[in-house]
Amino acid sequence: MRSSAQTMTPQASWFSEKILMGLTPRAYVRSLFTPFDLIAGLILAVGIPVIIYRFAFGLGAATNLTQETPWGIWIGFDMLCGVALAAGGFSIASTVYIFGLKDFHPIVRPAVLTAFLGYLFAVLGLMCDLGRPWNLPIPMIYSFGTTSVMFEVGWCVMLYTTVLALEFSPALFEWLGIGEGIRRLIVKATIGLTVAAVLLSTLHQSSLGALFLMAPTKIHPLWYSPFIPAYFFISAIGAGLSMVIVESSLSHRAFQGRADHEVNLDRVAIGLARAAAVVLFAYFFLKLQGVADGGHWALLATPMGYWFLFEVLGFVLVPSLLFAHGARTRNTRLIKWTAAWTVLGAVVNRLNVSVIAFNWNIEHHYVPSWMEVVTTLTLVTTGVLCFRWTVNRMPILRELPQYRDEH
Amino acid sequence: MKLSRRTFFKLGGAAGAMTIAAAPRAVGASPTAIPGAGMKAVLVDTTKCAGCRACEAACAEANRLAEPAMAGDERVFTTRRVTDQRTFTVVNRFERGGADTRFVKRQCMHCVEPACASACLARALDKTPSGPVVYHPERCLGCRYCMVACPFDVPKYEYESASPFVRKCTFCAERQVKGLEPACTSACPTGALTFGTRAALLDEAKRRIYDRDSKYVPHIYGEEEAGGTSWMYISDRPLDELGFKGGVPTVAYSSLAQPALAAVPFIITLWPPLLMGLYSFSQRRAQAEAEADAHEEVPHA
Repeated sequence: MRSSAQTMTPQASWFSEKILMGLTPRAYVRSLFTPFDLIAGLILAVGIPVIIYRFAFGLGAATNLTQETPWGIWIGFDMLCGVALAAGGFSIASTVYIFGLKDFHPIVRPAVLTAFLGYLFAVLGLMCDLGRPWNLPIPMIYSFGTTSVMFEVGWCVMLYTTVLALEFSPALFEWLGIGEGIRRLIVKATIGLTVAAVLLSTLHQSSLGALFLMAPTKIHPLWYSPFIPAYFFISAIGAGLSMVIVESSLSHRAFQGRADHEVNLDRVAIGLARAAAVVLFAYFFLKLQGVADGGHWALLATPMGYWFLFEVLGFVLVPSLLFAHGARTRNTRLIKWTAAWTVLGAVVNRLNVSVIAFNWNIEHHYVPSWMEVVTTLTLVTTGVLCFRWTVNRMPILRELPQYRDEH
Repeated sequence: MKLSRRTFFKLGGAAGAMTIAAAPRAVGASPTAIPGAGMKAVLVDTTKCAGCRACEAACAEANRLAEPAMAGDERVFTTRRVTDQRTFTVVNRFERGGADTRFVKRQCMHCVEPACASACLARALDKTPSGPVVYHPERCLGCRYCMVACPFDVPKYEYESASPFVRKCTFCAERQVKGLEPACTSACPTGALTFGTRAALLDEAKRRIYDRDSKYVPHIYGEEEAGGTSWMYISDRPLDELGFKGGVPTVAYSSLAQPALAAVPFIITLWPPLLMGLYSFSQRRAQAEAEADAHEEVPHA
């Protein structure tokens, strides 16, 4: 690979070939003057000083968090949604490597990259939220709060982020053209890594829901249920699959020059839609069971009940039926829009549990400060920029010819 | 068989000894066992509190906090106050029809099995065997899960600091180690606060409630709330009139997350073999398909 590149541009340095994608520095900078980059640059120009401000002056100065509302959108969105939407990583990897559905192989790498970045930025969001993030090693090294669901979540997220980094690393080695021995070792460990990914994801996706089991008097009864760990796990799979549909269709459009053209994305999307329809349908019935189990039917006729119905019908049942219809009629346009809607629904659900239905009845309900919103936007934007940077350089949407026969 | 007097006493003594030997186990297993029986506790009798706020002043002094707001000023009672990161205890006034006042002191309830401690991933909050729920600031990450978990909204956060801690009543754990009473109970001039072991105070609370001329509501707040607390309240008014949150589960909060945590070992042991089994199935299927394809191709070759 390196020799062919060198024959094309004999003087090209490693830097200009790998980092500037073969462009001259001037041409590379000029290529960054797109509307997308300008908006992203604007967000970062505001967001990075805001994050510095938060660490310099504390949570009180930057957030609207109160003694009654200790968790805001940095937990509700950055952490809970970041992790839920990254569930596509383990879902697709296990579909391909464990269940042997090779049709989905072309989307494993983008799904794993999305998951890795999702977790990375969820953890960065958590760092902003923690009052004393420098103490993070304490529960990892010597003071084990084994009675805490948070302890389990912390360990699983740490281990799974490591697993995702390993799953992603072959693309890095292939891009750099080094570490062939390590790369081969990691590829050989694919099954083991995938099993670890499913195991760890089962544990912490559900545990993120189990965190809220400790707040029975604070969360609205329609959202508080002993089934909440199962809700979080199953809805994460639905959301993760939808995220993969959205992300693959967007990135294959945005990175046409970097993607393999023989990949039949429509077939992939239809397959994913079929799976998402089943998952969301099961999730819908489990949600109904939660209402029945708690005996909360009467609460459905209250304002919070209407909101609950809107979430469960509008963001779960309707997309489930639309996915099924789209898969039957092979309507990929419908599937893609439904997927985007389902992703939004997952965000609504996580924010409902952690922010909107949390202390829903107190006098002054929490609304995020502009600095909280800007910090979240900054993290999301940085995540998207990292995704683009990686896809533009590494073999994510395409396969390098020399590795094509490996699977 | 003829029983001699001596044999009778021998047998009787043996039977008695056996009963005594078996007794502690029988008591421990009985459903009336009191959680945290020997732990230090406080009984608050709201009928006896005069609202002098001596407890607030003593608390501030013992914990080196700022002096209580509007000390000696009755107007402090016009607003409902809550504890915060600089105030570990507050006394509020509750009136019925503008008169007939009651005062209620609030602080950490020091649960027998605290939600905050079972929620803490770093054991920064910990229940000591003698009763106080204490905080180890050097372990705290500042995740504030304790604040989410506490049913009484007790842990408070130093949001104003760039290096913040959780703050709450310590039950004067350091004073208790030295054999002293908590500052607030030793400062109370009216007998509204009684310091003792939880079992003894529960007995005392029940004695007052079931007394012949008792005006008390038959409810000890903290006997069962959140699985039992070290601070318990009795009152002659329904407790929800005095600012107490109803609907707090009567189970220990650690039991709420128990099923989820109990599933962890099963998932860890069952998932890998299950997934590897599915993997070998899919491998075999792919192999069989490849062989079938190869067979079909032979005649054409």
